[in-house]
This record gives sequence, C-alpha cells and structure tokens, in this order.
Amino acid sequence: MDLWNTVLPYILSGISVGGQYALIAVGYTMVYGILRLINFAHGDVFMVAGLMMVYFAASMPLYAAIPLMILLTVLLGFTIERVAYKPLRTAPRMSVMISAIGVSYLLQNLALYVTGGLNKNYPEIPWISDKITVLGATTARVTVITPFLTVALVFALVYLINHTKIGMAMRAVSKDFETAQLMGIRINSVISATFVIGTFLAAVGSLLFFSNYPGIVPTSGAMPGLKAFVAAVFGGIGSIPGAVVGAFIIGISESLIKGLDTILITQGAIAEQMDFSTFSDAVTFVLLIVILVFKPTGLFGEKTTDKV
Amino acid sequence: MLKIENLQVAYGGIQALRGIDLEVPDGKIVTLIGANGAGKSTTLRTISGLVKAHAGSITYDGTELLGKPINAVLEAGIAQVPEGRRVFANLSVLENLRVGAYLRRDKAEIEKDLQWVYELFPRLQERSWQLAGTLSGGEQQMLAVGRGLMSRPKVLMMDEPSLGLAPLVVQGIFDIIREINRQGVTILLIEQNANMALKIADLAYVLETGRITMRGTGAELLADESVKEAYLGKKKK
Ligand SMILES: Nc1ncnc2c1ncn2[C@@H]1O[C@H](COP(=O)(O)OP(=O)(O)O)[C@@H](O)[C@H]1O
Ligand SMILES: [Mg+2]
Repeated sequence: MDLWNTVLPYILSGISVGGQYALIAVGYTMVYGILRLINFAHGDVFMVAGLMMVYFAASMPLYAAIPLMILLTVLLGFTIERVAYKPLRTAPRMSVMISAIGVSYLLQNLALYVTGGLNKNYPEIPWISDKITVLGATTARVTVITPFLTVALVFALVYLINHTKIGMAMRAVSKDFETAQLMGIRINSVISATFVIGTFLAAVGSLLFFSNYPGIVPTSGAMPGLKAFVAAVFGGIGSIPGAVVGAFIIGISESLIKGLDTILITQGAIAEQMDFSTFSDAVTFVLLIVILVFKPTGLFGEKTTDKV
Repeated sequence: MLKIENLQVAYGGIQALRGIDLEVPDGKIVTLIGANGAGKSTTLRTISGLVKAHAGSITYDGTELLGKPINAVLEAGIAQVPEGRRVFANLSVLENLRVGAYLRRDKAEIEKDLQWVYELFPRLQERSWQLAGTLSGGEQQMLAVGRGLMSRPKVLMMDEPSLGLAPLVVQGIFDIIREINRQGVTILLIEQNANMALKIADLAYVLETGRITMRGTGAELLADESVKEAYLGKKKK
C-alpha cells in the first residue's frame, strides 16, 4: 500500500477532529477576548450538551431533539455567565477564574448525579453517521461534513464580528469596557451575546464529536475542552482564525500520532507495534509548550492584550 | 442648562468631591480647571453615570440625571470625550465614529453628522479606513472629539483634550472646540492647561481637592493673582 493511501484516512479524521475542537475553541477564545477570562466550564457545557442529546433522543424524534439540545445549551451558557461571572464584573480576574472552575465541577457533579456515573450511549444519528467513501478511504459522513460546517460557521461568525453593529460593539467592548459604555453600548448584552455564540458552536461541536464516540461520562468534556483550549492558546488566544487554525493543527497531529504505528508498519519502517498512539494526547501539550517557548502570544496573538 | 448642586462623591473612604455646584449654560464654553487629583475627571464621570454619587443632584433642563443609567445621560444629549482619548485602537477611524452614534437610529442623519465631523477634521476622512491605534496622538484626540460629536450632543464634555500633545496640535484642538461651540454645542472643558482653557471660556471654575474655590468669566480668572500663581505658572508681583 502506498504511503498516501495509508496516511489519508488519518489526515481526514484529523481534519474532522480538528473541526470539532475548533467549534469548542472559538468559545474559549471569544470569551477570553471580551472578558480576559478562561472559561473553564466551557468543556463541561460541551459535555452537558452531549448528555442532553442522550436523554432527548430517547424521548423525542431527532428533528426535535437536536434543536432543543442546542437551545438549552445556549441557555445554559447564558445563565452561567449571568449567575457566576456577571456579579464578579469588577472583582479581580482571579475570582472569576475560580468561579469558572467552580461551575466546571458543578456541571460534572450534576452530570454524575443524573447519569449515576454510568456510560451513556450517544444516540445514533442517521445520515451523518453513514459510511461513505472519499478519495478511496471509507469514513463516516460526519468526518467529511465537520470541516466544511466548521469553516462555514466560522466564516459567518467572522462576518458578524467585522461587518455588523453587534460585532463592532463586541470589538469595542473587548478593548475598553468603560469607553464602550460611554458610547451607549450595553456591555452586559454584548457579553451575553458572546456566550450565546460560544455555546451555540460548542453545542454543534458536541453533536459532531460524540457521534464518533461510543458514549459519554461526566468527564467526557474535559479532554476535548482542554484540547480546544490548547488550540486557542496555540493560535493566539483572543483570535478566532487563530483558534481554528490551532484546532486543525492539533487535530491532525493527534490523529497522525494515533496512526503512526500502522503507517510505519505498512511502510516497513518498523516490524511491530511501538505504541506511539499512547502519545496522541501528549503531542498536543508538546505543541503547546513549543509554541509558548518560541511565540508566547501564539500564532496569531496580539502583543499585549491587557486592558487599560 | 446643565446644573450640578452639592455633588458629593467618594471612592471607598476617600472624598473626591465634597459638594460642588456647577452651572453650564446652553451655548457656552465652561471650563473647570484644577491641579492633578482635584476631582475634575470624577466630576465628568459622575455626570456620565460611570461613578455613583452619594449626595447631590445633576439636572439637565430640569430633568434629574443622577442615578440614571449611562445611556439615559447620553440620550439626554450629554456626551463625554474621556481623558486619554481612549479611542478603540482595534477599530477603524470610521468605525470609531460609528460607535459614537451607537444609540442612534436615524441613519440619514448619522451620515450627515459623519460628513460634518469629516469637515471639522479632514484628516479623519483621509484616514477613515486606518485602525485608530495607528493614528498620532493629535489625530486620536481629533477622533475622540469626532466620536463624541457623533451622538449629536447638546453638551460635549471634554476631559483634558490637550494632555500630552505638542503646543501646535493643542492650538488646533482648541480652535476646533471654539468652532464646535460656535455651531451650537455647549462645551464643558476640563483642563490642566489653564491658560488656554481660560482664554476660550465664557465661564470658568477652579476645583481644589473636591471643592469649587472660585468662579468667574474666563477673563476674570485669567487676571486673578491667585489663579496666575497657582495655575498659570506666574509669580505674584
Ligand atoms: N477609581 C478610583 N478609585 C479610588 N480613588 C480614585 C479613583 N479615581 C480617582 N480617585 C481619587 O479621587 C481623586 C480625584 O481624582 P480625579 O477626579 O481623577 O482628579 P483629576 O481628574 O482632577 O486629576 C484623587 O485623589 C484620586 O486619587
Ligand atoms: Mg483627570
């Protein structure tokens, strides 16, 4: 088998995973951009979105379950901001971070309570889980859809931010709360809008992500959340294109490492399994360390992002 | 008329304003001078609703503004050009101006005001697509003033517009302030550069550690010996 055909499936799946990370990473980077807050609860909101889908799909048809899941996830993101972050608007940034960590554990514990800690099977979503053949490789349709959907959503978002009034307000608020207020911008509405967009993308991401996995447990949001966060930092936190590029790089690297044994064996480079796939998570963090050493602001990061 | 009575403001335990009275009659240039830390910015920030007062009143044409949200003050026709310009560095010049008109819905009128600001500051029109962060200090100040005008205010409050600018640039800004006033906008001007502020002011106040210690026409204060000594850098004879 030639190298290309061996590597291709891993690249495809890497692009797909990267797209899923990107949908989560945008939420981290937008919230950071506006509040300078690392929203530790974001990965758990993603997990809750997955769990909602499990329960909703069991009791109603998918065409109702999916919109309901997305709607309630968005509502959850909105509520978290209003209840746990907004009251701390003038508190030191560290207090808000601690509040975010608190929300993260709260969501995990609620999930534990609801599921009893049992692995919940994610519903089979027809059509997107169907197997198809692309460039000679067999894969689920979701693998192919994900990057296109991600890119389309991100383009829509970038358009919103750069060419609409609310987008202009978001950019103004991200620079200077007080002056934005002096212009008549209601900063709380703008911040809420940011959370709504971020959680909407995470909800879509959860649909794509969990379709590829057998099940969900209360900690299922932690690893993808962390990877997406790393992607956001890698790309330059606060930058949306940065988060997306970072997510694709991390998704592809991770997938290639997972497939490295197979690739090397079929190429005759090694004779037996070397268990490279064990390092697939580690490679993400190696990438993070490398970028932080050589370019601390990330690929697309601004030099100084602190507000006056 | 914008009227302030017995305004008291404290930050934590520190009294920044100890009951000040101030009148800004329509169509005039009123200046508030005072040393660093006297409470000048606090006065403007309280009028805009950014800072809460614990006593006093701020009325515009008889309507109480104190305790109202920031947007209500803006909608009443009082806009602020904050200290240090505070333009949105990540927005273009044009976007900064549009943000200034954020609360307005009258699209056609906004476009007219945009042309008005561009006439006042042709430099801004030349640079309308440039990011505000790339402008010089003087241009940023013009932008900050233009942004303030985009809400089409009745009263424009300016916090030390001459801060950190070269004398020639300052002269240009003061000329514009006069021009804006001539076109009917009431001006409340805060300055440490007392000399220039008093020269253009119809009415002037001196603020010292949270108290108004003097009031008069610009010319009266310019001629006053104690003002000369304290704020104009001239010795008593
Ligand atoms: N946010 C704040 N917190 C605490 N004290 C403040 C704050 N802003 C101003 N002050 C204090 O209030 C007083 C008046 O400040 P300010 O209004 O900025 O003076 P000015 O503009 O005349 O230089 C000063 O003593 C200053 O230290
Ligand atoms: Mg000041």
